[in-house]
Amino acid sequence: MFELVIFYLFAALTVMAATAVVTLRNPVFAVLALILAFFSAAVIWMLLEAEFLAIVLVVVYVGAVMVLFLYVVMMLDINLAVLKEGFAHFLPLGALMAVLTVYLMARVLGPDNFGLDRYYPPVSHGPGYSNTRELGLLLYTDYFYAFEIAAVILLVAMVAAITLTLRRRKDRKFQRPEEQVAVRRDDFVRVVKMSSEES
Amino acid sequence: MITLSHYLALGAVLFCLSVAGIFINRKNLLILLMCIELMLLAVNLNFVAFSHYLGDSAGQIFVFFNLTVAAAESAIGLAIIVVLFRNHRSINVEDIDSLKG
Repeated sequence: MFELVIFYLFAALTVMAATAVVTLRNPVFAVLALILAFFSAAVIWMLLEAEFLAIVLVVVYVGAVMVLFLYVVMMLDINLAVLKEGFAHFLPLGALMAVLTVYLMARVLGPDNFGLDRYYPPVSHGPGYSNTRELGLLLYTDYFYAFEIAAVILLVAMVAAITLTLRRRKDRKFQRPEEQVAVRRDDFVRVVKMSSEES
Repeated sequence: MITLSHYLALGAVLFCLSVAGIFINRKNLLILLMCIELMLLAVNLNFVAFSHYLGDSAGQIFVFFNLTVAAAESAIGLAIIVVLFRNHRSINVEDIDSLKG
């Protein structure tokens, strides 16, 4: 019963935050609403006993990706009036789409197909159970190849993001270490023999 | 007792909200990217719910990789938006028509 209350509370919070993301005018507020949605989704994942992923969602997603979003939103000087022009125009179509899709999905996902008699919730694990250990055992044995590919994907993303946004300025002053190292004494120093002046 | 239907319905509502968001925010590239993030969250919720109810941790491993790919995608997407803004002075989707598509 208590779990059901928690579920409804945070499900409502997630849906409200998601609605705010798509309807708010200011992109900064939209990002903040998205952060709220991720937080409440993490609580729902906690209910599903996926503790490791819930913490990863908060630490990696909210802590890194959403902060990156905030930085970019604040860096861009965008004209909000122009961007919101078609909002009312597309609203009926979008709402119709959403309602229709929810109706179709509700027909399939209802208790007839996924109710308690088909999928009974498993008994919860004891206090000694560690979700992180369980996932680690799987990740570093069965899925190790996929894990390495994920690492390469992250590396590629990092290199791509840096090369895309790197700006080379022509008037920048910089040192060339190889030229500095290659300097010889004879290039810059000239010894001149002069006769001494008469007093 | 929370059934699997509860979680699946929440995922469906989240997914449809973000699809509607893509429909009604057709001009702002940043909001479009955020809607994609929301869609991925809905899909991940379904993965975790099925993983719990079927007693198979492989679903959670898949969510882990989903998060990796989503982080890479949003990093590259934001970099592209920054470069676009530097060249066009706007992130309006209608201004990005150099290819005449």
